[in-house]
Amino acid sequence: MSDLVVNDVSMVFETPTGEQVHALHDVSFSLKQGELLSILGPSGCGKSTLLNIIAGFLAPTKGTVSLASTELHGPGSDRGMVFQQGALFEWMTVAENIAFGPQMKGTPKAEIDATVNHLLETVGLQDFGDKPIYELSGGMQQRVALARCLANDPDVILMDEPLGALDALTREKMQSLVLKLWKETGKTIILITHSVEEALFLGEKLFVMAPRPGRIKKQYSLPFADAGLTQNPREIKASPDFIKTREEILSMIWEMEEEIMGLAATGTGG
Amino acid sequence: MTFLQTLKMKAGFGTDGLTKRKTVTFGDTSAVADGRMWSILSVFVLSVAWYMGSALELVNPIFWPAPSAVWEQFTYISQEGYRNFSLWEHIWASLYRILVGFALGCLIGIPLGFAMGLSQLMRGWFDPIVEFFRPIPPLAFIPLVIIWSGIGERSKILLLFFAALWIMVIAARAGVGSVKLSKIHAAYSLGATRKQILYYVILPNSLPEIFTGMRVAMGICWGTVVAAELVAAESGVGFMIMAASKFLATDIVVLGVIIVGLIGYAIDILMRKLEAKLIPWKGKA
Ligand SMILES: Nc1ncnc2c1ncn2[C@@H]1O[C@H](COP(=O)(O)OP(=O)(O)OP(=O)(O)O)[C@@H](O)[C@H]1O
Ligand SMILES: [Mg+2]
Repeated sequence: MSDLVVNDVSMVFETPTGEQVHALHDVSFSLKQGELLSILGPSGCGKSTLLNIIAGFLAPTKGTVSLASTELHGPGSDRGMVFQQGALFEWMTVAENIAFGPQMKGTPKAEIDATVNHLLETVGLQDFGDKPIYELSGGMQQRVALARCLANDPDVILMDEPLGALDALTREKMQSLVLKLWKETGKTIILITHSVEEALFLGEKLFVMAPRPGRIKKQYSLPFADAGLTQNPREIKASPDFIKTREEILSMIWEMEEEIMGLAATGTGG
Repeated sequence: MTFLQTLKMKAGFGTDGLTKRKTVTFGDTSAVADGRMWSILSVFVLSVAWYMGSALELVNPIFWPAPSAVWEQFTYISQEGYRNFSLWEHIWASLYRILVGFALGCLIGIPLGFAMGLSQLMRGWFDPIVEFFRPIPPLAFIPLVIIWSGIGERSKILLLFFAALWIMVIAARAGVGSVKLSKIHAAYSLGATRKQILYYVILPNSLPEIFTGMRVAMGICWGTVVAAELVAAESGVGFMIMAASKFLATDIVVLGVIIVGLIGYAIDILMRKLEAKLIPWKGKA
């Protein structure tokens, strides 16, 4: 199976002024095929950096990332990426965007058409295939981004705040869609979010990261994602277990944020 | 909408429902309608002023001819031609030079701009060259160009090529620079090769900048060709103006000037239409 293994990864950025930023320090974890991991943490704790390293856009200063026991160097179509917004190609229609991956590989047209039609239906955009991207709402655009990623059939899907720009209601609908797609496709998913509720609801596993240096502060194994497939999301989010864990994580993040603020305040004051 | 409102919209005063409800319009450019009616009026007023001015003999026709004289020259020249060439041949001579010079400028400038946006070597190598030649008005090269290749077609095309080249290099380079990193990353993750990314992502993404560059280059080329023909040519609208001025035939001079203005205007309208058709996503991303 295609397990994802992150081994001892550190990342030190050097700013133009020669300052060193320890964005990640000795981060290690592994994900089995089909696991859904959500990552939370205060701003600047290295979440995006970690995702970019796994995607292959950044080379870590130390450590390795491997997929199915093969060490990874550089980006590849085995890892799909869903960005917050603006990564769709405006000069293409919805269908052309979704078809992009298979087309680059030279997949036969009939096969591409079948995939695209199937995915359009899966994300509920069957009537929008011929529409240009800029005529779609933000929520619809993110559904296209998901479909485009799935069309390529990657082993791992990496999402960096994919629902961050959406309104609350659209966001909840999209969460259910992500769950559904996760179950149907059996993909390994890593999802970065700033919403504790979203991280709890979607993640089978959840990491809370801490900054300076960026590291995994606490790991959770959660039951809510599985439940979310059958039960009403609103009920799950209102259950005592859910609320208890949510509050625990919230206060942990608050503490970290306060520490950062305090540091910043003394930093500027002194 | 009432009939009056429809009429006002058609006339370009644009008081649609939303604009009418806006209380802040000064500074909100979207609330400024194109005022087509005013445009028509301004052209009309200027024409009447011209007509009245010459009818009342306020100016000496040697300095500025009457509209009727220009019109007479137009009908005459469009039938009989001027200096061995018909009017259309003169116009076509100028247009042809622009089209070829402009096309060559695009053909070399766009790939060069792309290369400069994508490669350190190319950027470093060409940056001083581009930045040095860019601010020099193309007309400054006329003497050199004439020494190199005489007053034939080649010298003018070379000049126009120069005029368009730097503009297109800079436009293409800006286009490459405008691509969002997440688009490039997404394309790599979808398995695209460098060549595919260049063709399917970077190229279409830079079309808006390239088009803006083309419009600017077209304007500069049109101005440059007329000026170049003033100095050295045997045909073209600029040549017509120059030749006529030697005989104080201001009516032909003014006719030439009007033709230059109208064609320049027409070219820009055409390019704007083309832009709207080819780049419908412009400004909507
Ligand atoms: N290219 C870079 N050069 C220098 N420092 C960088 C660079 N990219 C990121 N950093 C630093 O690394 C740290 C982690 O950044 P990262 O973007 O991974 O944070 P994040 O957790 O994704 O934050 P957010 O939640 O705000 O998106 C930050 O302190 C940031 O300033
Ligand atoms: Mg981030």
